[in-house]
Amino acid sequence: MDVHAPPPPEDPGLVVRDLAVNYGPVTALRGISLSVPRGSIVAVLGGNGAGKSTLLRAVSGTLRFHRGGITAGEIVFGRTRLSGTAASAVVARGVVQVPEGRRVFARMTVEENLRAGSLGARDRRAAAGARERVHTLFPVLAERARQRAGLLSGGEQQMLAIGRALMARPAMLLLDEPTLGLAPMMAARIAETVREINAQGTTVLLVEQNAAMALSLASQAYVLEVGEVALSGPAADLARSDEVRRRYLGIEDDRAASPAGASAGRPALARWSA
Amino acid sequence: MTTFLELLANGISVGAVYALIALGFVIIFKATEVVNFAHASLLLAGGFVVARLHSSIGFWAALLLGVAGAAAVGVLIEFLIIRRANVSSHSVLAIVTIGVDIVLTTELTRRIGTEVLALGDPWRDQVVHLGAVGIAQTRVVALAVAAVLITAFLLAFKHTGWGVAMRATAEDPETAALMGVRRGRVSMGAWAVAGALATVAALFLCVFPTPGLDRSTTFAAMKAFPAAILGGLDSTTGALVGGLIIGVTETLMSGYQNDLAFLGRGIGDVAPFLVMIVVLLIRPAGLFGTRELARV
Repeated sequence: MDVHAPPPPEDPGLVVRDLAVNYGPVTALRGISLSVPRGSIVAVLGGNGAGKSTLLRAVSGTLRFHRGGITAGEIVFGRTRLSGTAASAVVARGVVQVPEGRRVFARMTVEENLRAGSLGARDRRAAAGARERVHTLFPVLAERARQRAGLLSGGEQQMLAIGRALMARPAMLLLDEPTLGLAPMMAARIAETVREINAQGTTVLLVEQNAAMALSLASQAYVLEVGEVALSGPAADLARSDEVRRRYLGIEDDRAASPAGASAGRPALARWSA
Repeated sequence: MTTFLELLANGISVGAVYALIALGFVIIFKATEVVNFAHASLLLAGGFVVARLHSSIGFWAALLLGVAGAAAVGVLIEFLIIRRANVSSHSVLAIVTIGVDIVLTTELTRRIGTEVLALGDPWRDQVVHLGAVGIAQTRVVALAVAAVLITAFLLAFKHTGWGVAMRATAEDPETAALMGVRRGRVSMGAWAVAGALATVAALFLCVFPTPGLDRSTTFAAMKAFPAAILGGLDSTTGALVGGLIIGVTETLMSGYQNDLAFLGRGIGDVAPFLVMIVVLLIRPAGLFGTRELARV
């Protein structure tokens, strides 16, 4: 065996290199790089306006709906370039987004929403199998098949939004704040589902403000601040880092702030997590 | 009473034809948010093809070509102009369609000249008698054909992938794009269907008792605008109801205009627009519309 031969090219998953995005004169991303290896869950954290949703729009090719555009850098999935292609081509490559705020088609039934999800699928004949998988993950969607999506509760709408994306049988799922505005129980349920979807072989890029939940799911995490990557590393390390604890998990350093006994006597409201 | 029933039956038939036009108007608006003022010229184009070809290739083949031709004109307008016009506002596109309409109509009326073109339909001027009520055979066929086409359209809109893509795009274009729906295709399909429906409408606007296709056919087609608008620009149900309201109003007003002499002659032609104005005063978004007309 020739030891000098290059190793077989490993599928790198999603790779974002030096991505810069502008909305007209406004710069939203200033050259960020990140990678999401196949089969992993990677979290992107950050406050409002950090550029999280912009990153997902750039990957999905929907920046033009917001009068934005990529000014530098590239996005590659597997061996194909996603930057510069149409949204439908991105879906056809198996990268599907669950948009922020669920955005279910409220005037259509649950069943029709799922059908809409399969419109851009690589293999439309596989829709029946995909629907079965979605109904197994979310039995409530089977029960409410004929109901208008607008009448579902927030949690059910989030399930529908995720189910709709799964109808395209994605290789990679982009989730934009899937627990936003949900009750803690429902948020935990969604987190569990994301873990399950990942376990079935779908790569996940998870954008969240709920850092505790995101860090518990992800293997790697990036923290965005005003359009740049401020921190990155293994999720467990980030969860321990003082800065992330202070800024995103809302945990003050107790040892410095108060004696140990006092904190035990005053039960702090623990941030809920999945 | 007989007069009333005859007028009502005629009105419903005319209304169904208006509904075909209004339906095309509404689906273009739903798919692209463009108010298509070129619709009357699409109709004229389809009718013109039928009128010119029926004597050489027969009526049915001519009708088929007319439908295909108007659909193709619709697709071309979408592909060459609407898609490429990189404008910030849909109202600018609406004005662009006025320009398209003027160009197309001018060219077609130049070709038609002062002639009145027959469409060579097989129904001619026979009258069907139901008891004391006599209705032109063309009106009966118009109603039947319109009913079949509208039903087929609504079923396709509800159940096919095309329909789901169309409704998803109409409701939320960005999310539809995230599902992999190609907006260009959806919008092209809408223009094609609108052109095809307009040609069928052109046929029934030009057969007996109308003398034939001439330069005034576009004015007849214009009456479908108030139908679409009073029904609600983004509602297919609205287009159907609006078409019927306009058709019945127009026919009754024309039929009884001798009793309504104080309103002056020709009230039938004005009535559709009066009804539209009254409806919009009460319901600014139209009877079934959800979007405010302010954005038009």
